[in-house]
Amino acid sequence: MDFWDYLGTQHQQLLTDAYQHASAVFQCMVVATLIGVLIGVVTYRSGWAGNLATTATSTILTVPSLAMIGLLIPVVGLGVPPTVISLTLYGLLPIVRNAIVGLRGVDPALVDAARGIGMSRTMRLLRVELPLAWPPILTGIRVSTQMLMGIAAIAAYASGPGLGNEIFRGIASLGSRNALNQVLAGTLGIIVLALLFDAAYVLLGRLTISRGIRA
Amino acid sequence: MPDETSTTGATIELENLTKRYPGSSAPAVDNVNMEIKAGEIVIFVGPSGCGKSTTLKMINRLIEPTGGRIRIGGEDVTDIDPVKLRRKVGYAIQSAGLFPHMTVAQNIGLVPRMIGWSSSRIRARVEELLDLVGLEPGEFRGRYPRQLSGGQQQRVGVARALAADPPVLLMDEPFGAVDPITRDHLQDELIRLQHELHKTIVFVTHDFDEAIKLGDRIAVLREHSHIAQFDTPEAILTNPADDFVSGFVGAGAALKRLNLTRVRDVEITDYPTVTVDDPLQSIFDRLRESGTNEILLLDRRGRPYKWLRRGDLMRARGSLARAGTLVHDTVTRDATLRDALEAVLTDNAGRVAVTGRRGEYTGVVDMETLMNSVHELLDADRLEAMEHQHELEEARTERTHAEQEGGEEEAAR
Ligand SMILES: Nc1ncnc2c1ncn2[C@@H]1O[C@H](COP(=O)(O)OP(=O)(O)OP(=O)(O)O)[C@@H](O)[C@H]1O
Ligand SMILES: [Mg+2]
Repeated sequence: MDFWDYLGTQHQQLLTDAYQHASAVFQCMVVATLIGVLIGVVTYRSGWAGNLATTATSTILTVPSLAMIGLLIPVVGLGVPPTVISLTLYGLLPIVRNAIVGLRGVDPALVDAARGIGMSRTMRLLRVELPLAWPPILTGIRVSTQMLMGIAAIAAYASGPGLGNEIFRGIASLGSRNALNQVLAGTLGIIVLALLFDAAYVLLGRLTISRGIRA
Repeated sequence: MPDETSTTGATIELENLTKRYPGSSAPAVDNVNMEIKAGEIVIFVGPSGCGKSTTLKMINRLIEPTGGRIRIGGEDVTDIDPVKLRRKVGYAIQSAGLFPHMTVAQNIGLVPRMIGWSSSRIRARVEELLDLVGLEPGEFRGRYPRQLSGGQQQRVGVARALAADPPVLLMDEPFGAVDPITRDHLQDELIRLQHELHKTIVFVTHDFDEAIKLGDRIAVLREHSHIAQFDTPEAILTNPADDFVSGFVGAGAALKRLNLTRVRDVEITDYPTVTVDDPLQSIFDRLRESGTNEILLLDRRGRPYKWLRRGDLMRARGSLARAGTLVHDTVTRDATLRDALEAVLTDNAGRVAVTGRRGEYTGVVDMETLMNSVHELLDADRLEAMEHQHELEEARTERTHAEQEGGEEEAAR
């Protein structure tokens, strides 16, 4: 059976897997963004706290994803929980780092001006600092998403959802008729999803980055 | 147009104001006492690092003082909520500090929005302010800061500072980052604005010429923001308190004094004139009866055209077309005496024609008038400064007197 025939017969299953893959990545990205920006906002003004946050999140990234999931299974069980937790943790690093860099990069004269015209701490953050730091944060989100697309495939190891199932089935039955087709379909599916997400981020950038600071 | 409800200035009093930055032994600002009157422009000048910005930023508590009191309009603001304080004090800084992700209108509307104005009121206010600072609202409202020139950004910065109509305006080297010509324009504009608004303005610069041009009073500061002299530009120019101040005033104090007086303030004299339509014979007669060597020829619209000497007329032989010397330079009644002197020196006539709004001749100012005026001005300044000093001394002796008496009473108790 060639690859196209395989797609033809299996497209139902593939679409379901792709949808679940995308949905898992998307939801984890939302959580990672919220937590990551929050960590950035809390730590960027202190030298050591910011460095600690960056170091901690990059340490997470050095743990192999398979090991991370393996470690999580005894604690939270199989299925969705280990997937969501590991994806969220991995997604943090680029966002935290870019949030800190972005917030620290806001021209001090502008912060001075914001204070000078009577903006409160919160207002300064919401109206001036975050909007100006948003482009680098969005870049961080893009990088995170690309990364999570691949890592999410590993989640199938813990019976998680997504296109990883396709790949693992293929690997498990290497030598059988459809093994290669399964691995190929899973991998290509992930690439296509990653491209679609990227396109969505470009659109998001157009909609959310002020024309006054767009490159 | 600012309506009659617009807020005019409030007094600012600084009392023993001190700032000691953590980790430095000497205070950046040491015990400053100053009273700024409602509606006046006070300029802080002094060398770099002397504490001008620190002193200024303590007025809106961008920098918290480590000692002393600040009173605005009689109210002690040293301990009130700084965010509330700053909404009542306009603040404009070097290179404007506009938020690049907001349009001009959004930048200007920030403070009004924070204090809860309705959006229609904000919109009207933005229009009014753009008009006020000389930017066409329709064209500039929707622009982003990066689409403006440096001078335009600075105007928007001033508009933003004025947005909620604060009685007090603090400006930290606002025109420091623009080219000299634009700076000159912006200074003129600020003077015009202040004529309409009567705010209390504290303005930091290290350009003494800017200080003279803008200030009602100038505070010359030395290290630790110690006040070397706090007086009118005239007094500082003619009677610098010490070597430090004269060093800062720089060379040519008498010449700078010329910048402070306008042509309208000196005697504009009449001068014999004729027009191009007059017949040659009557021009001759006029010259003869005037008893001068020279006569001013006006064009058909009454504007100065040529200086005619006796000899020119002899050589004219019936036609004025090539006789006489063209008038190079004229001044208006609003020009400074310095401009007038410049014109007198370049025009070889030894005098300069003064013109009205449409360029029409109104009189002349000559070298002699200028010299006499300058002498009179300098004498008057000196006299005034002496009286002022006398008053200060009297006040001081009175105070020590009172203190001594108070001390005696205390001791008696
Ligand atoms: N945040 C700070 N921490 C410590 N020292 C400071 C701080 N800000 C200013 N200083 C010091 O306080 C002094 C006064 O500084 P300030 O900025 O008020 O000077 P300035 O008169 O405005 O100078 P310039 O004309 O260069 O702007 C300087 O010696 C400066 O080094
Ligand atoms: Mg300064």
